[in-house]
Amino acid sequence: MDHSATTPVDPLVVGAMLPYFSDMFGNSSSLHSFGREAGEALVKARKEVADGIGAMPEEIIFTSGGTESDNLAILGSMPQNTDKKHVITSVIEHPAVLNTCKFLQSQGHEVTYISVDPGGVVDLEKIESSIQDNTMLITVMHANNEVGTIQPIMDIAQIAKENDILLHTDAVQTIGKLPVNVDTLGVDMLSLSSHKIHGPKGVGALYVRKGTNIHPTVFGGNHEGGLRSGTENIPGIVGLGKAMALAGERLDKDSKHMQHMRDSLIDKVLGSMDGVRLNGHATQRLPNNVNLSFKNVEGESMLMLLDMEEIAVSTGSACSSGSQNVSTVLKALNLEDEYIHGSLRISLGRENTIEEIDSLFNILRSTVERLRSISPLEGR
Amino acid sequence: MDKVYSKKVIEEFSNPGNVGIIEDADGVGEVGSTVDGDIINISIKVKDDTINDIKFKTFGCVVAISTSSMVTRMAKGKKIDEALDLTDEDVINSLDGLPEGKDNCSGFALEALKLAIADYMKKQK
Ligand SMILES: Cc1ncc(COP(=O)(O)O)c(C=O)c1O
Ligand code: FES
Repeated sequence: MDHSATTPVDPLVVGAMLPYFSDMFGNSSSLHSFGREAGEALVKARKEVADGIGAMPEEIIFTSGGTESDNLAILGSMPQNTDKKHVITSVIEHPAVLNTCKFLQSQGHEVTYISVDPGGVVDLEKIESSIQDNTMLITVMHANNEVGTIQPIMDIAQIAKENDILLHTDAVQTIGKLPVNVDTLGVDMLSLSSHKIHGPKGVGALYVRKGTNIHPTVFGGNHEGGLRSGTENIPGIVGLGKAMALAGERLDKDSKHMQHMRDSLIDKVLGSMDGVRLNGHATQRLPNNVNLSFKNVEGESMLMLLDMEEIAVSTGSACSSGSQNVSTVLKALNLEDEYIHGSLRISLGRENTIEEIDSLFNILRSTVERLRSISPLEGR
Repeated sequence: MDKVYSKKVIEEFSNPGNVGIIEDADGVGEVGSTVDGDIINISIKVKDDTINDIKFKTFGCVVAISTSSMVTRMAKGKKIDEALDLTDEDVINSLDGLPEGKDNCSGFALEALKLAIADYMKKQK
């Protein structure tokens, strides 16, 4: 129930990858037949990834994952000279984006962080009014990994286009859950990661629209059109390709199934428990995301009791050294104090069942009751 | 879970002792706030200079709950002076250690106990 963190690798993906560890170990740069096999595998995977997002194969750059894709998109699109440039992003981006933006600031660039409404949706008017003459890039995630809010990327694309600004989106959480098409969305760059879609860890891709001018951040033997040097991770890339193909085939069925489980869990919890709220947006929400806050109980304690029942979830309220470190995303949603420490993210996967949801709900309810029975805040 | 807790901490957390609030307590101590995210309330009953009964209620993380429970177990039956001598180390040792980054948290429950004792002593005067 923690699929936004990572997913089990699909056996079909493992099957596709295996030969590339043993029989077909070639380096795609070699001219002999071993190298050719690897080269052909790259071509196939690149097409699978491109087809999955409505792009052309030559617009796909393989990377080591979502983090590197985000870094390359942002750092690679900033000019290399010392011109002060401006980037617009949101306050609820993944650290792969936020920390890259912080680095840019340390290098003298300007960054504007756009706030979100209580549902976690970015403020479009603020994006528009933040645009300056030197704005290079807008980067806003397609959907948030913690609270699941889907952002109005198409509207942002309109703004970007009118002002001739590049648009990047982090679609790590949306592939396999929502239709993702680079032309429909209107983005110039898009990040994706394999291990969130039942593929292997340590591999991902960045889509870069043809004609978009970006420069490399890793230098070497000019792999990936010079934008990402280094001998390719062939088994990983083959796995990503297979995972993308499967995600596309299963999108309709999987997203309906996940949404059904999501809504059933949300209805049950909100309908029969007190002192609970749903974090994020009521409708603009990933089909697999449930993020709840329970009053008067604390996240890590809930996590631990659920873990003892072999239910893995996550919390935005981790605790260290006597004071709670609340996630920046939850802070941005402006939750009341008594709710902010008791957050729980349940992220569903295609292999979960509605029976598991029923059992999760029962365990969750008794967990919350148990912790409330020892909480001094109950009844105050 | 990214932090590894000792068996003892998990035990204490999942089966805490002395949970509750003593209605006619002789002393009550409370630390923390909803802003910080940890609140520990300890109430004591004292007879012949001895902590006869002690209860806690805690809102907080695994460490907050397990140290609260442990502190009440350690203080129960102790003379006031002995209870005041309890140290962070005593609490950490009885829990077989706390993970890095959480080792400052043991003092929290102890502080609540000492506030409860101070409250009791103030009422004696
Ligand atoms: C929205 C988002 N972006 C980026 C990443 C990073 O991806 P990776 O783990 O492949 O580096 C994650 C995963 O944690 C994510 O959820
Ligand atoms: S008491 Fe919760 S982090 Fe220390």
